[in-house]
Order: sequence, then structure tokens, then C-alpha cells
Amino acid sequence: MADTVVDVHQHEHAGHDGHHDPHWIVKYLWSTDHKIIAMQYLFTGMFMGIIGAYMAYVFRMQLAFPGISVPGFGQVSPGEYNSLITNHGSIMIFWVAMPVLIAAFGNYLIPLMIGADDMVFPRINRLSYQIFLVSAIILLASLFVEGGGFGGAWTSYPPLSAEGDYNQTNLGSSLWLLAVALEFVAFLLGGINFITTLMNSRAPGMKAYDIPMVLWMIVIASILFMLSVGPLIAGAVMLFFDQTINTGFYDPTRGGDPILWQHLFWFFGHPEVYVVLLPAIGITVDVIATFARKKIFGYKLVLYTAVATGVLSFFVWAHHQFIAGIDPRMANVFTITTLLISVPIAELLFVMIATLYGGSIRLTTPMLWALAFIAEFLIGGVTGIFLGASGADIYFHDTYFVLAHFHYTFFPIAIIGTFCGFTYWFPKMFGRMMNDTLGKIHFWGTIIPFNFIFIPLFVLGMGGQHRRIYNFQHFPELAGPEMYSLRQIATISLLIMLAFQAVFFFNMFWSWFKGEKAGKNPWKANTLEWTTESPPGHGNWPPDQMPVVYRGPYEYGHPDREEDYWPQHLPS
Amino acid sequence: MERFLIQASTYAGSIDGVIMLIALLVGFWFLLAEGIFFWLIWKFRARPGEKSQYLTGKEKHVKRWITIPHALVLLCDVFIIIASVRVWYDVKQQLPEADSTIRVIGQQWAWTFQHPGIDNELDTDDDIYTVGDLHVEVEKTYHFQLQSRDVLHSFSVPVFRLKQDAIPGRSITGWFQATETGDHDVQCAEICGIGHGIMAARIHIEDAQTHAQWIADASAATTP
Repeated sequence: MADTVVDVHQHEHAGHDGHHDPHWIVKYLWSTDHKIIAMQYLFTGMFMGIIGAYMAYVFRMQLAFPGISVPGFGQVSPGEYNSLITNHGSIMIFWVAMPVLIAAFGNYLIPLMIGADDMVFPRINRLSYQIFLVSAIILLASLFVEGGGFGGAWTSYPPLSAEGDYNQTNLGSSLWLLAVALEFVAFLLGGINFITTLMNSRAPGMKAYDIPMVLWMIVIASILFMLSVGPLIAGAVMLFFDQTINTGFYDPTRGGDPILWQHLFWFFGHPEVYVVLLPAIGITVDVIATFARKKIFGYKLVLYTAVATGVLSFFVWAHHQFIAGIDPRMANVFTITTLLISVPIAELLFVMIATLYGGSIRLTTPMLWALAFIAEFLIGGVTGIFLGASGADIYFHDTYFVLAHFHYTFFPIAIIGTFCGFTYWFPKMFGRMMNDTLGKIHFWGTIIPFNFIFIPLFVLGMGGQHRRIYNFQHFPELAGPEMYSLRQIATISLLIMLAFQAVFFFNMFWSWFKGEKAGKNPWKANTLEWTTESPPGHGNWPPDQMPVVYRGPYEYGHPDREEDYWPQHLPS
Repeated sequence: MERFLIQASTYAGSIDGVIMLIALLVGFWFLLAEGIFFWLIWKFRARPGEKSQYLTGKEKHVKRWITIPHALVLLCDVFIIIASVRVWYDVKQQLPEADSTIRVIGQQWAWTFQHPGIDNELDTDDDIYTVGDLHVEVEKTYHFQLQSRDVLHSFSVPVFRLKQDAIPGRSITGWFQATETGDHDVQCAEICGIGHGIMAARIHIEDAQTHAQWIADASAATTP
């Protein structure tokens, strides 16, 4: 009978209260309610995040104190080291950033912020999560098969990734590839849902420019993902055939070309950066508007800039391949397109900073995270210029400078963006406020060590230290005591940062059950999700109280009103 | 950059020059943006009884605060592109005449170097093969032919600021000219399997006399 429980429209007619209580398995594991699916994505993503962090802990210990028996793991062999870094990267991007930023926030927020009772395709939505869960299980299983997990880096360049003789993880590499492919299927299904829902299910009166920015960003990201993932899926199928039935798509001795994979991978891989970046920017913009009590500085500017960034991101991929053996003349073209992308990104950041002007800024925990996103992402942005410039990239390519650079982009995106959104919408999700003091302790305990992890790595990169090397003792110029003390600073900072995450989990569980009741609209925000109960019931609003929209989402500090906010659903 | 690692090739200085140029330009923008950012947070902190202003960002005179910096960012980009492309052209596109040619072969997990022998010609009987040790003469222009026997590798000489991937099935030609003598690291910069971390080599940059002596000794040792 699962279907009757989950059929949203039937539910509407049945009314909201006082009928059958579904079994908890149906309610929490087989649900088509977008809020439950969002929670499934959120908690699966967090769980995978803990695994990814554990991997980082193990290989950072090995790098700082080579050869020691790492507590909780044991001695790290070169094969295990490669597998750890490969899966750390894959997990953090495909199983943490994407499920949390796009799937969890997209699922939770899209219907609530546009005044709909659910997604347009609730069962596709359920299928999307189930495939995602299977992909996560396959990935974790790949770590325990004979030969160990795949260790050819998350970029998985052939011929290393294509042949068991070279990578010595025959089954591990195939399972890794299968898991990634299934994850793509899950996100294609989810993306269809996000785009269709935003286009079709908006509350009466909600015009395109009344849509909260975070939803636009999630939908633009879904479109980017759908447009870019095709070539990679084709590439992945060819790689899978090379691995399993010994075809020669990437084998030069049999007419293949290893560089082909790099083009297909990065044609997806670079837009993918913006796929996860845009939702994080959307979250930040919404949170900043709410706590600065300010209209954002140019709604259309942000929207069109994001679209321009997305379009440009399709023309920059070969900046990952400057020294990969492509025609050297191509580097000039891709240097130009890559540096041009700094213009829209700078504009997005300028707009966010300009939004603060004239505000009445409240430094709550979510606001601290949003501001930290800007401050830290700026570092990630400016260091990217060094790598996009072909001349400088000859030296910096594949050094720790690259590693530090993209952690200064991905950490603000995946970690700061997630905490920002989570602390902001927690009252809506669970009906209770999080503790602000604990939230701030966790904030500073994360942000300060974060900088002490990655600034030393910039220095190591400038000193010529390359990535993915498990032990630097074979390189006399990298084995000096100063180099080791920098590595140890980074590792110890990581330990401190990880320890502070306990504060977050304690705060989350404690507030979930014991926190102060939140009420409908604790932040005095304008958007529609704050007009319903916290947490919202099935169907989001009672059927006779579905909201109607009268204005844009950022009418803060309007001179005609006594209060400094003007919710979207109130008639003029 | 020299504070972090010495410059030992003719183009190391120009690559570091691009890096310094970018550091200056983006450093300026970075400090400016962060400065304004923190100033705004301080200036517009919430005070009881004070309402925020209603600004849409649509007015021309307000918009200027975005559009002018914007144009300046674009201008900086143009400078960076010009500097970067010039260096790229010198290092990767335009190869100067070679005094000598060597071959660098990557395989799991070692570097093999094929030096021309006394006749200074590659692929002749007196070629000298070494594993893990590359001998070159200072202030001479070398072409290298980079090859791989199995997977991708990357020939990286940090003191030269040089890096080039090696691809199986192809021979990629590049160049360098060392400017000072010394022994330095050669790394593999592309993950190549479980032995990636031990794929180390040394480059020995020698003056003319030492280098000639090395060729003579090595030839004598390999001649049957």
C-alpha cells in the first residue's frame, strides 16, 4: 500500500490531519516526500563526509610522520595511500558536495520556497536517492575487494586506470567507475525534477524574478550538470570496456588515445566545479540578505552573471591539460577563456560584498558562515589566476599549490556552504533553534585551523612539492626539516579542526531534541518556507492555505513598512 | 619565488616573473576586497533601533561601484594573459636550436635517460643510458624527447620550473638550458601507480670539463 501513502495529490484530497500513520519504514525509507528525501541525502552526505574526513586524517598523518602506524588505521602502504587520496577526492565531490548542496538543499528548499506541496515527480525523486545510495555502497565496497580500492586519482587518467597490470586494483577500479556512473544517473534524475518543478509548480504570483536566488542557482547547476555529463558518461563507458573486456579506446598501441579521456573528463570536470559552486553562492546570497536585512545588490546582475559563468565554464576545460601533451597553441586560447571567467566570479563576489553596504548586520552563526564563505573563497579565486595563466602553470601544475588552491574553493563550497545552509534552515527542518554559542565555537574551531592546514601547503607547492606522493624521503630537496614542519603544521591543524566537529554533532543532536522551539519564522525572513510550520507537515501547507506571492524575496528595510522585512506572501 | 627554490634554467626567471606579476595584481584586488568587506561588516553592524537602508542596486551612480572595478579586473586580466602567453611561447612553443639532444623515458617506476655519447648524436652506438641520473652541461641548450613505456608520467624539474607529461605512444620534444651547476631533484608529477612516490631521479648539472670527463668515463665503462 506504499503508493497510496505517498501519492501527494490523493493526500491533498484526504486532508492534512487525522488519518493513517504509515509504518516508519515506509515513512522514512520509502517516502516520496521531498523533505524526507532531502534528509536522506543530507545524512548520507554527512556520513560520507565523515568517511572522507577520516581518509584525509590517515593520509595527512602519513605525510607529516611518514611510516608511523596511524591510530585507527595502522601503517599506510603506497597502494593504500593512493586509494585513500583517490577516494577522499571522489567522495568529497561526488558523495558529499553534490548530495548535500544540490540534492539535499534542492529537495528540501525548492517546493517550500516556491509554495508547492512536493516535487513534480516524487517517485523519480525516490528512485534518485535509491540509486545514489547504491552508488555509495558500491564505492565503499570497492575499498574492501581484493587488491584494494582504486588508486589512480579522482581524475582516473588512463592507461593507469584502464589496465589491471598497471594499477593493480583490477576490481577496485571497475567498481569505482561503476559507482561514479550510478551517481551520475542519480543526479540526472534529480536534476530533471529540480528543473521541472521550478518551471511548473510555483505559487500563483511568483514570477521568474521573484524566485529566491538559491533556487535559481540549484537549477542552473542542474542544467550545467546535465549539459556537461554526457561526454563523461560516454568516456566512462569506453573506460569501463577498456577495463573489463580489454578494448583499446585509450591504448595508443591499439589506435586509442589516453588524452581523449582527459578532454572528456575535464569537459565535465570544470563545469562540475560551478555545479557545486553555484548552490553554495545561492545559499550565501540568501543568508546575507536575511542577516544584513538588505535587498541583494542587483538580483538580475547575480542571476545573469551566474548564467554567464556557467556558459563560460564550458570553454575552459583544457586549462587542466596545459602540460599534458596537447597542442601547445591551445594553451593560449584556454588561458584567455580561463582568465575571462574571473570577471563574472569577481562580479558575484563584489555584489555579495556590496549587499552589506547600508545593512544592519547580525552576526548569527549562519551569517558568520556566509561571510566566511566570501572571505575564504576570495583566496581560492585569486590563487586560481596563477593556475589559469599557462606560463605560471608550467611550474605550479600538479603541485601542492594546486591542491591548496582548490581546497580554498571546495572547502568554502562544500563545508562552509553546507554549514551555512544547515544552520540557517535547521529551525525549519527540525522545528528548534541550534545553540548559537556552540555554533560559534564550532565556527571558529573550523575556520581558523582550516587556514592553518592549507596556507602551509601553498608554501610547499611553491617549493616544488608534487601531489600524490606518499613519502617525500626519496626527494632530497623535499625532505628537509622546514618542509616537514610545514607538513606537520597542516596535519596538526587538521586534527584540531576534526576535533571541533564534535561540537557540531553535539549541538545538532542536542538542539534537535532539546533546543528552543523555533516557531514559523525565527529569522524574520521573507521567503515562503518561513510561512509554514516548523517542521512543515506532509504537503507543506494545509491545502486551503497554499501561499500566494506578491513580491520578490529580498524586500528588507523597505521604507514604506515599519518592520524591516516584507514576506513574499503578504498582500500589499 | 627564489626564496622557495633556486632558479637554475634560462626561463625559470621569466616563469617566476609571471608569478610575481600575478601576485601583485591579484594581491592588490584581494587586499582591497577583503579590506572593504571587513570595513562594511564593522560599519553596518546592527544597532538597536536603526533600520537597514533600501537600496536596489539599480541606480546608475550606485552601479558604478560594481562596473568600474569590473572593467579594471578585466584590464588586469589582459596584462596577465599577455605576460603568460609570452612566457608560454618561449618555453613550450618556440624551441631554440639545440646543442645536444637527450631522451627521457618514463616507466613504472623509474626514469631512464639516454645521453648522446662522445659523438653528440642520439641513437648511435656510443649512447649512454642511465637510470635515475641525468647529466647535462651548464649553459648548453638541450632538446629532450620525452617518452613513456606504459602509463602517463610527467617529467618535472622544479629548479628549472619545467614540467611536461610523458604519453605512451608519443615522443614529445621540449628544451631547457641550465644556468648554474648543482644536483637537483627530478620528480614524476603525474600519478603512475603504487610506485609513484619512489619515481625519483637526480639531475646533475656540470661544467664543461666535468661533463666531458663524465662522458669519457661512462663511455669507457659501457664500451665492450
